[in-house]
Amino acid sequence: MLNFVARRLGVMVLTALALTFVVFYLTNLPPNLEKLARTEGSVRMTDQAVASWIENNGHGGSVFGRYAQWLGIAPGWVLTDAKGVTRGRCIQGNADAATAATYCGVLQGEWGFSTVFKKPVLDSVLQKLGSTGWLMMWVMIVMVPCSLIMGVLSGMREGSRLDRSLSIVAIATTATPEYVSGVILVAIFASATAGISPILNEWGWISSKTLFLGTATSAMDKITFWNFALPVMTIALYGIGYIARMTRASMTEVMTQQYIRTARLKGVRFRDVVMKHALRNALIAPFTVIMLQFPWLLNGVVITEALFNYKGFGWTLVQAAGNNDIDLLLGCSVVAVLVVLVTQLISDIGYVFLNPRIRLA
Amino acid sequence: MDETTLLSWGQIIARIATQFLPVWIALILTFAISIRYKRRLGLYGKLFDSPVGMVGFLLVMFWVYTAIFADMIITMDPIAQFGRVKNPPPGTPLKDVVEGQYAYFLLGADHLARDVFSRVVMGARRVLTIAPAATTFAFIMGVTLGLPAGYFGGKLDTVLSFLANLVLAFPVILLFYLLVTPEIRNTGIPVVLAAVLFIFPVIFFCTLFNARFFTNPPKRNLYVGITLAIGLWAYAGLAFNADPLGVWSMDPNLLNVFVSVVFVNSPTVFRIVRGIVLDLKARDYVAAGQTRGEGPWYIMLWEILPNARGPLIVDFCLRIGYTTILLGTLGFFGLGVSPESPDWGSTIDDGRKLLSLYLHPAITPALALMSLVLGLNLLADGLREESLKD
Repeated sequence: MLNFVARRLGVMVLTALALTFVVFYLTNLPPNLEKLARTEGSVRMTDQAVASWIENNGHGGSVFGRYAQWLGIAPGWVLTDAKGVTRGRCIQGNADAATAATYCGVLQGEWGFSTVFKKPVLDSVLQKLGSTGWLMMWVMIVMVPCSLIMGVLSGMREGSRLDRSLSIVAIATTATPEYVSGVILVAIFASATAGISPILNEWGWISSKTLFLGTATSAMDKITFWNFALPVMTIALYGIGYIARMTRASMTEVMTQQYIRTARLKGVRFRDVVMKHALRNALIAPFTVIMLQFPWLLNGVVITEALFNYKGFGWTLVQAAGNNDIDLLLGCSVVAVLVVLVTQLISDIGYVFLNPRIRLA
Repeated sequence: MDETTLLSWGQIIARIATQFLPVWIALILTFAISIRYKRRLGLYGKLFDSPVGMVGFLLVMFWVYTAIFADMIITMDPIAQFGRVKNPPPGTPLKDVVEGQYAYFLLGADHLARDVFSRVVMGARRVLTIAPAATTFAFIMGVTLGLPAGYFGGKLDTVLSFLANLVLAFPVILLFYLLVTPEIRNTGIPVVLAAVLFIFPVIFFCTLFNARFFTNPPKRNLYVGITLAIGLWAYAGLAFNADPLGVWSMDPNLLNVFVSVVFVNSPTVFRIVRGIVLDLKARDYVAAGQTRGEGPWYIMLWEILPNARGPLIVDFCLRIGYTTILLGTLGFFGLGVSPESPDWGSTIDDGRKLLSLYLHPAITPALALMSLVLGLNLLADGLREESLKD
């Protein structure tokens, strides 16, 4: 077991290095650096001035060297200009060059400075992650039980009418990406001109114009049912169908096993067969699927936060990418890549723990 | 606006139904012929035994025919702006109608007074040209790499699987933000990616024919020669925009989008193909082929691949739907498409900013996208069910 975990961790570190290098390479392409030079320096810089700005701010040299600096395994750059002022990657503001650290990369906790939010990247990423954490938590609370119940109900009697109708629902939700379901949910529940809100307002059941709020900006301060339900549903809906279908497939397979037939022939009630014999075996596969669903959720989070104007991690990523904020984008990527890899690891290890039939060599 | 009244919903639906007339005719013909001869049409014919599959096929074909007949269906120029009224509701009559112009905004117009109905119809054409093509490329790449990875195993498999997992671990949206930007076009990365991705169909078909006909050199030379001639001609045009005759070419924006979508999709196909091959290579017919002394590529391409077609066809349908969603995501974030492009994602993005006041500019493309993907998913479900029966 320890061997297995160690090997998985090794592959994970390798993957993380490769992925962050790709992101570093793509964000530090020459056109992006030129754009950065023009926004940080002056828009009317000559091409020559841009080139020297890039050189003087530590963006010159080989991409591997800069990546190593960013990571914190190579000494940060230090340059002394014509006036005798020494500046460097690790020298902040007017700090003395002599006392500055030699290494300052992601590994040392120096994530750089965000040009959009005008504060350190690590601070803004952590703060936004907190907001997204709430969103994710509610999505999980809604999505996991709903999809498991749907999957088990439709899988326990394959081909029944309940199975058919639940399957259609599951297919329909997987066909509705977040930007579509978000628009439809707003149309039905949060529009002053269409859907159910005008009717409820006319009947005097609600005093405000709309039943739910169409934006989740107010949820940044205080989460209520009325400002948070729509974003949570938007993300959860897309996942529900997928997990439910996986659960159904696993459940139908378990229901054809010999031990289920034996239990039925012994005279155990159908309900007990499902609850005691089938469920535990049927839920192994969905666990993996739920874990692997995290990268997907990340996608949904970005879309939903943009759609509902909820200032979380996804919203930050969009801002960083849209404003060429290289350090912030790199920071977001590190977090995203880590989330994906850690969930993959948990799913692998968890699968082995849950399924005693897998014996490790 | 006061002198003329809005159309009622009944009138709007009737007028839309009339505009779609070519689609209805084509659908009726397709279904009549298919149901008449369904016993002779193999898996496609069996589709008409499953109600779910039939509904899915109906939805998909509706949009396919809409894309084909889009020029006849649209009522107005999808890019042009009509009048100064912003966001007129469905059924609004046009002011100052010129002779020969359609007199109503059937489903309203957007904030730039562009006709929503015509934009959605034209959007179908855009989506249905890119999505299936991108999926096909992703499939050919996944199959070409997945077959040897599963069949030979060993180091090749380890390296390829690691690369595939690398791409899969990348959050899709981040990849899009990094790959589909105007700046990246100047660096030539999309062209390099295209050069790598687009060579796979040529390799695939050359190997396919060579593996089968290498015992008969004249025939082999003919097939491989034709493949190379057409393939490399298209390759030069699509990847490098260097077609001497100017038949094959791709807009740099479109190339960027296309390459990214193929790049994101192919690792999943690779994994599926690899899994199927691992399962199938223990079968008797593979052992028989090996005993006969057949080459590994013959066994992979002419023995294993045809037997893996069932799950691959099903996944192909699902993947077109997924690609459609991806293209919509790109449009939704305004990546890689021109601002006035009528594709569904960007139309939803345009419309969502005023969503709480005006629904129609966003909800129409949203429903269109949903129905197409739903159709593809139902079709895949029907195909899966029917292919499992035999």
